[in-house]
Formats: sequence, C-alpha cells, structure tokens
Amino acid sequence: MDTQTFLIAAIIKIALVAFLLLTGVAYTTWLERKIIGRIQNRWGPTRVGPFGLLQPLADGIKFILKEDMVPDNVHKGLYILAPMLALSMALISIAVIPFGETITVNGTQTALQITGVPQPGQPHPGDINIGLLIILGVTSIGVYGIALAGWSSNSKYALLGSLRASAQMISYELALGLSLVGVLILAGSFSLRAIVDSQAGAWFWHIPRWYIFPQLIAFFVYLMAAYAETNRIPFDLPEAETELVAGYHTEYSAMKFAMFFMAEYLNMITVSCIATLLFFGGWHGPLFGPPLLQSLLPVFWFAAKIFVFMFVYIWIRGTLPRFRYDQLMAFGWKFLLPLAIANIIVTSFIVAVWGHS
Amino acid sequence: MLHQVLFIVFGAICVAGAINLVAQRHPINSALSLVVVMGSLALIYLLLGAEFVAAVQVIVYAGAIMVLFVFVIMLLNAGAEERTQGSRIAVLIGGPGVAVLTGVIVWTVMRNSQQFGGVLIGSMVEQGQDNTHGIANLLFKDFLLPFEVTSVLILIAIMGAVVLAARKESV
Repeated sequence: MDTQTFLIAAIIKIALVAFLLLTGVAYTTWLERKIIGRIQNRWGPTRVGPFGLLQPLADGIKFILKEDMVPDNVHKGLYILAPMLALSMALISIAVIPFGETITVNGTQTALQITGVPQPGQPHPGDINIGLLIILGVTSIGVYGIALAGWSSNSKYALLGSLRASAQMISYELALGLSLVGVLILAGSFSLRAIVDSQAGAWFWHIPRWYIFPQLIAFFVYLMAAYAETNRIPFDLPEAETELVAGYHTEYSAMKFAMFFMAEYLNMITVSCIATLLFFGGWHGPLFGPPLLQSLLPVFWFAAKIFVFMFVYIWIRGTLPRFRYDQLMAFGWKFLLPLAIANIIVTSFIVAVWGHS
Repeated sequence: MLHQVLFIVFGAICVAGAINLVAQRHPINSALSLVVVMGSLALIYLLLGAEFVAAVQVIVYAGAIMVLFVFVIMLLNAGAEERTQGSRIAVLIGGPGVAVLTGVIVWTVMRNSQQFGGVLIGSMVEQGQDNTHGIANLLFKDFLLPFEVTSVLILIAIMGAVVLAARKESV
C-alpha cells in the first residue's frame, strides 16, 4: 500500500469513526433521558422533533451559543487545558479499538480500525500488539483532566470532587487492570484482534467461545471497576449533586462543560468496547445473507453488543442509589482487588495444568 | 527518515519539559512538566521499537505515580514557591558547571561510541517481533531470581512505609 492510499484510507476511517462516535455520544444522552424517564414514570424529552429525537442537536447548539465564561481567580491555563485533556484522551483511546475484520475496497485491503496498516503475512492484519495497554495508558492520563479541573477552579466543591475522583480512579484502576489479566492469560496476547480471534467458533451445543463463560468473576470485577472509572452511578461520588453541587465541573459552563460531558460518555463507550472485545467475542456473531450483508454484519454485532452495555449503564443509573465514600473505598480495596487477584491465581493455575485450550 | 524526525521532535519536547520542570515556580506546573517528560520518553521508547516498555512507562509513571504527585500537591494545596536570593556561588558556578558536565558526557559518549554497539532508531520496529513475549521470557526464566528478590525488596519498602505512616494507637 503506497503512502497516498494509506493517507486517504486513514482520513476516511478517522472521519467516519469520529462522526459515528460523536453522533453515538449525542444519542446516548437522548437514550439516557428517555430510559430514565420511563423508569421514573415520565416521558423524557418529547418537544424537539418526533420522540424528542432532535433534542441532542438543540442541546449542542445551546452549548455552543452560550457565553464562554472563565471565572475570576481560576488558574487560567490549567482551567482551559483540563476539559481539552479529558476529551482528547477519551477520543484517542477509540483509535486502537478494532470494530471488524479487514475490508477490501478497489483492491486495497484496510483494517476496520483507525490505527494499523495491514501487512501481508501478519497473523492479525493491521493490529498493534499492545492495543489493550495503550487504552489503559491513555485512560490513566485522562485522570489529569478531572484532577486539574477541580484544582484549577479554585472552588471547594470542585476541589473536593476532583480529590474524590482521583482517589477513586487510582483505586479502581488496579482492580480494572487485574480483572483483564485472566482474559490475557487465556488469550496469550495484548493484541485486541488476537483476543477477539481466539474467541471465534463455539463450544459444544453452540455456546460461543466467549471469555465471559470461563471468566465470569473477572467480568463482574471489570464491570464494577469500569463503572467506578467512568464516575457513573452507583460510584458517582465525584459529582454527587447532594453534597458537591456538581463536583469537579461546578465552575465550568458552555462548551467546556460539554467537553467533560462528552468525555464521560466517550469513556462509557470505550469501556463497553473493551468489555465487548475481551468478554463477548467482539464482532463475532451469526453471519448470513448476501455477501454485502455478510461484510456488514460483524460491525453490526459489535455495535449491538456495545448498545447492550450502554443500556445496562443507564438501567443501573435508574435503579441503584449512590455509595457512601468509605463504602466505595472498602468495596474497591477489600472486595474487588482480592477477588481479581484470586481469579488470576486460579486462572493461571488451570492454564498451567491443562495448557491453553 | 521519519523516525529521525520524530526522535528529534520528541527529544526536544522532553528536554524542554525537563527545563520547564526546574524553571516553574508552582508545584503543579512542575509536576505536569514531569508528566510531559515521561510521555515523550515513552514515545522515544516506542520509536526504538520497545512498545511494551513504552506502554508501561505511560501507565506506571505518567498514569499512576505522577497522578499521586498531583494528588498530594492538590491535597496539601501547596502554593507558588518564593524566589530566594540564593547563594552567589550557585549563580556563578551553576551555568558553566552544567555546560562543562554536559560537554564531558557528550565527549565521552562520542569518543567511545564505537564500543557501545549502536542501536539504529527504528531498526527494531522493522523486525516486527513481539517484544512482550521477549521481556516475559527474560523476567520469568533467565532473571527469575533477581526479579523475585526485587519484588520482595519493594514489598518490604511498602510495609515499612505503612508502619511509619500508620497512626499510633492510643494506649
């Protein structure tokens, strides 16, 4: 593949993924308001467009047109940097996520993933072999966005919110990372494509070979830690509105607030992507129909699995109350972390005795 | 070619971050400059073809340790440092001293560069091998004992820190 084709393919992929992702974020907020409305026995947005479908658009216009305020006495440079950092780190982590096999257009083979160039003779074409580590690294940098936002705002609510957020994210990052190790031991690779490909096929009675079945405990730990990492209910202590107004983004308004908001939803999508890739077989699913449909179905299955995760996120938000802060820390350190370590020990013992399945 | 350009860019960012780290007066700005240094070091590792080390550098140093630094600075609410007059000797000797030291290091490295056996930037990338497996084999087969001893050492250090920091129970 020459440089020109590579550049064109890369730009098309980036534009397409960014467009779909940001639209997805916008409509996740719509979906959230609708479902939460249903759970609380009200309608949610109905006025703008049919079923309130144009509500995200109206919200976006409102965010852009509002006055871009910078309060007095803030640390100005970091105050402006923080939302940018949060949003850009949330966007970067999508770049390494594969959402399908390779496709061939006009004789040019390209991987359904923003990064990576397919080379002949590669076992998993177009992949980077530390994909998962890159996502973990980038999300750990994203903590700075929240920490700096609270500190630079020069407000006690924001500072307390960001202190809570940093402490919570550092604590749960451990459980999150360790919960993925079980899957990595079974798959024997950091490459997201290799992990997905090792889940192809089915065990007896047509049970798909997804890692959710052997790694049920790891999945449970991952899900809990992921909810804490994205600061969602029941772990949304950093923005507990009954105690802290709005936590770390109390002093933010207009587009800067929207950037935090988008970063939160993007992180939810990223976490759902990792859960799908590691535990639910990625884009694998039943294929049928004409060739065109067959080439599009994997991407559809991938999106459908992410949608299920997003729905569960919203469902839990409508169902569960918030933890107390000491309960949150005790849950992370005294329950999730030992559980994740025990899971690693058992998994590696079984793999060492029976070898890779 | 591209590797050389990227190396120069990230090397320059790294050095600029390190100078900024010392020059800044506010601890948060210094800590963030250190994050920039860590990040650009990770990218240089990536350019050398050590992708696992690069990822670990970002996760451990930039992601975990520096977040703790920033967390502590935020918690103590440390303000900007006062500029002290400092000793006159430091002003007079400092600059030339750094220049001489750098010069000596560069001269020694340049002189002995034949014996070091150079690594061409980006040369390891082209071989296309997975160095995660390589590192795992080194750590858990060839150097198992030093690795385990190091981890015991770190464990002892952690326990020492806990004992020192633990609140004394009132008798």
